[in-house]
Amino acid sequence: MNFHYSAAHLIGALVLLLGFQLLYQRRIAAVIRSFAVQAAALALAAAWQAYIQDSPHLYITAAIALVFKAMIVPFALNWLVVRLGIHKTVETALGIGPTMMIGVALVALSIVLVLPVTQNASALTRENLALAMSVVLLGLLMMITRRNAVSQVVGFMALENGLILAAVGVKGMPLVVEMSIAFSVLVAMILFGIFFYRIRERFDSLDLHYLESFRGER
Amino acid sequence: MTPVGLILGTPLLAALVLAWITDYRLSSALNLLASLITFGASLFLFGVRIPDSLWLFVDDFNIYLVVLTAFVGLTTSLFSVGYIAREKAEGHLTARHLRFYHAMYQGFLFTMLLALLANNLGVMWVAIEGATLTTVLMVSLYRTRESIEAAWKYFILCSVGIALALFGIILIYLAAQPAMGPGPEAMAWTEVLRAAGRFEPALMSLAFVFLLVGYGTKAGLAPLHAWLPDAHAEGPTPISAVLSGLLLNVALYALLRFKMILTANGAALDPGPLLIGMGLTSLLLAGFMLYRRNDIKRLFAYSSIEHMGIITFAFGMGGAVANFAGLLHMTMHSLAKSAIFFAVGIISQIAGTKKIADIRGLTVSHPLLGWSFLVAVAAIAGLPPLGIFMSEFLVVSSTFARQPWLAVPLLIGLLVAFGALILKLTGLAFGPPSIGASQRYHPLALAPLFGHVALVAVAGIWLPEPLLRWFQIVARLLG
Amino acid sequence: MSAVWQILQALLCVALAPLLTGIVRWVKARLVGRRGASPIQPYRDLIRLLRKELVLAQDASWLFRAAPYLVFSLTWLAAAMVPAFTTNLLLIPAADLITLVALLGAARFFLALAGLDVGTSFGGIGTSREMMIASLAEPAMLMIVFTLSLLAGTTAPARIVDHVLAGGIGLEVSMGMALIALILVAIAENGRIPIDNPATHLELTMVHEAMVLEYSGRHLALIEAASMVRLLLYVSLLACIFAPWGISQSGKGEIGILIGLASYGAKIALGAVALGVFETAIAKMRVFRYADFLGGALLLAVLATIVLYVSEAV
Repeated sequence: MNFHYSAAHLIGALVLLLGFQLLYQRRIAAVIRSFAVQAAALALAAAWQAYIQDSPHLYITAAIALVFKAMIVPFALNWLVVRLGIHKTVETALGIGPTMMIGVALVALSIVLVLPVTQNASALTRENLALAMSVVLLGLLMMITRRNAVSQVVGFMALENGLILAAVGVKGMPLVVEMSIAFSVLVAMILFGIFFYRIRERFDSLDLHYLESFRGER
Repeated sequence: MTPVGLILGTPLLAALVLAWITDYRLSSALNLLASLITFGASLFLFGVRIPDSLWLFVDDFNIYLVVLTAFVGLTTSLFSVGYIAREKAEGHLTARHLRFYHAMYQGFLFTMLLALLANNLGVMWVAIEGATLTTVLMVSLYRTRESIEAAWKYFILCSVGIALALFGIILIYLAAQPAMGPGPEAMAWTEVLRAAGRFEPALMSLAFVFLLVGYGTKAGLAPLHAWLPDAHAEGPTPISAVLSGLLLNVALYALLRFKMILTANGAALDPGPLLIGMGLTSLLLAGFMLYRRNDIKRLFAYSSIEHMGIITFAFGMGGAVANFAGLLHMTMHSLAKSAIFFAVGIISQIAGTKKIADIRGLTVSHPLLGWSFLVAVAAIAGLPPLGIFMSEFLVVSSTFARQPWLAVPLLIGLLVAFGALILKLTGLAFGPPSIGASQRYHPLALAPLFGHVALVAVAGIWLPEPLLRWFQIVARLLG
Repeated sequence: MSAVWQILQALLCVALAPLLTGIVRWVKARLVGRRGASPIQPYRDLIRLLRKELVLAQDASWLFRAAPYLVFSLTWLAAAMVPAFTTNLLLIPAADLITLVALLGAARFFLALAGLDVGTSFGGIGTSREMMIASLAEPAMLMIVFTLSLLAGTTAPARIVDHVLAGGIGLEVSMGMALIALILVAIAENGRIPIDNPATHLELTMVHEAMVLEYSGRHLALIEAASMVRLLLYVSLLACIFAPWGISQSGKGEIGILIGLASYGAKIALGAVALGVFETAIAKMRVFRYADFLGGALLLAVLATIVLYVSEAV
């Protein structure tokens, strides 16, 4: 076991652990803070991969993750929460405990799925992919089990963190930078959308549950 | 300048220019002009075959979709001239909204064409993501509570969808890497297809599941269709037309490209049963849902889900006949569904409502509009001798020939949907009229409708020899 | 020689435990700006308690009287097994993480029985809370043991020390997760903030103190000493598994022992300061959140095992 591998493993697991941290939090502010830390860990992972793969363009991905996702986005989300007077607690559709258990099951699932099918890839890649897929599934889980739009958005971004983690871990993957930019645009749009459309004003709450009641026949 | 450069450059340039033009008359004329140039350039592709690069390519499969996209883009921009003039006059939209609308329209066309022409799987993905962004902005154009709700739902669901698709792409790249080494070749579709036999099959199977969920969401396949009816119903009608006519096709196109890679590999999971399952689910679900629709745009949105189901089913069956039928159905559905949305746009404008119960006797009050609408709906319902009947007939007969027991749910779905559409249609088209004959509409607005209906009608009886040959080549390509 | 070292270690446990508690209290006091009692204050407390008259409740059975001796000796035995400064101990063949858990569990069992024995409401509340914490902490502890045994191929602390010192583990994620999980479990098991506050006698929140409220005199001294020894045990356990540097292995001679003793002292001091800082920095949790806290420990331990499988398979 060499140091390159171990450090990548450590950072990847840190991102995953922070994914659980996101599910564990009960207050919006704490969720946003956890997300910022996760994004910073992702930046570290990208930078580390850039170093060990000797592919300098990944430093750009790392920089985007650090500046945009770990700083600007959390700041903007906090500002939105204050500005729009959004509820300060996370409303869950499923309790924290069961969510965590499902989360662990998802991690196990992704390991069971990924490891047998990647026998030809390098150890670093395989493991990174298993961790990344877990992060993706945890993000998805968060989107499903949280009611506030803000925590759903955070869930989406966590999902995206998993994708970037997967992309940087695959050696020589082209277009990683472009993809992270594309995602950043998407995220910016979402934030912009929340503010611009004043979803709170229009729906009385950011809770998507209220949106449901307008669905269907008119 | 190559035709491809022109095809992609025109809408991109137009989008940038249109974002700065405040006069909506000028901008809708420019919009039309840009679409015309794009369509003209796309016709050149028939004559000049550009060499494939690692980034863009033209083959038998995407060439006809490019032409179809450019064509529907053109007719829709023609339709939108009259449509938005009326929306502006009635005060639903302001000049600022329209500036935005035109820029986004061209931006949307650009992303669609880029997704079709991209050889690089990553570029294709970015283009489809861009398409989501532009259409979200257009769906929310009216800024009503409902349209924002629809746009939000569309945005969130499709963002997750394409995020999962990206994961699938990463997995495909990973599968390709041992055989092809790192670098852009391992993401270029033409190269990947050539080397697909040496990929890790299990990894590709896993990747396809992600891609199916991802692009399947975008293509509106059940059970991932939740965004589709809302997005269609709440946006401006020209957008509903391009969503149904183009976006769904492109999402399906992306999925089929990956299916081809899997088929070329041979040892990976057979995508057929998955596609058949999702196709049938969409068909049956949407077929039954059609009965309970009260909103005319929602009705046809569900009909789009149904047809995407049929197409997916056909490609899932595979084989020369079914693939041929799928391609034909894709084309016919694009034309017929956008024609219907053109008609629906006019109808809802003159009726002032989208409620099916409040619209009656169209053939009496507005014979021209009413009858062409009737023909278009009859086409989409699958009445002979129109184009869609032909493709549906081919799907059913090839299913009977190969897997007879699958034909039963397919037929049930087709008949259920047929019954629902005819039931709603008789109410809309016949009986005492509910709309005053004094309600006028822009004369230009009917031209694209006629064009599409005529094409669908002709295709039912006669397909030109080159087109036929082409479809056969692509059908073989699809395996 | 191992018998000598074993006796030394056993004496050291009892001798150092009050000092550890004293240092923690002193650090906490200094951090909040008080002068605080001298670090050797716990010794004086224990001696005073030993001198005091024993008061027994009317309904107390033999169990109530036997419990302090049992609890103290079980805890002491457990503490004597954890390699502190050398792995060359007499009890090493018997020392096993699962044995440790079992010994501590038995001690807790008797304490809980004693809490219920007198039949006062405080004893009951304390016992029920203690049992709740235990029922949450033990699965987490076992998962940690499981992870460690997968990593090192053994559940014996001495063998784990050998394995780690031989560089067999390296920079391992699972190790980090197990460390955090074990710290969480240690906090819960020792009744430290945020689970329990050892300095409070507020009936709404106290756990451990409620259970032993009926004790006095030398019984109380034994129970207090037992909980001090338990704290030392966990600090030694953390030190020997995750920071075994300096521990003397068999065949290192007297110099090795001296190095081991010095490093042990440093580790204990460091642990005491860290605990003091940690306890000052956070607030106590509501009883209903215990499950989240220890659930987190369990989750970490389970994840550590799962992540381990990733790297095992690679």
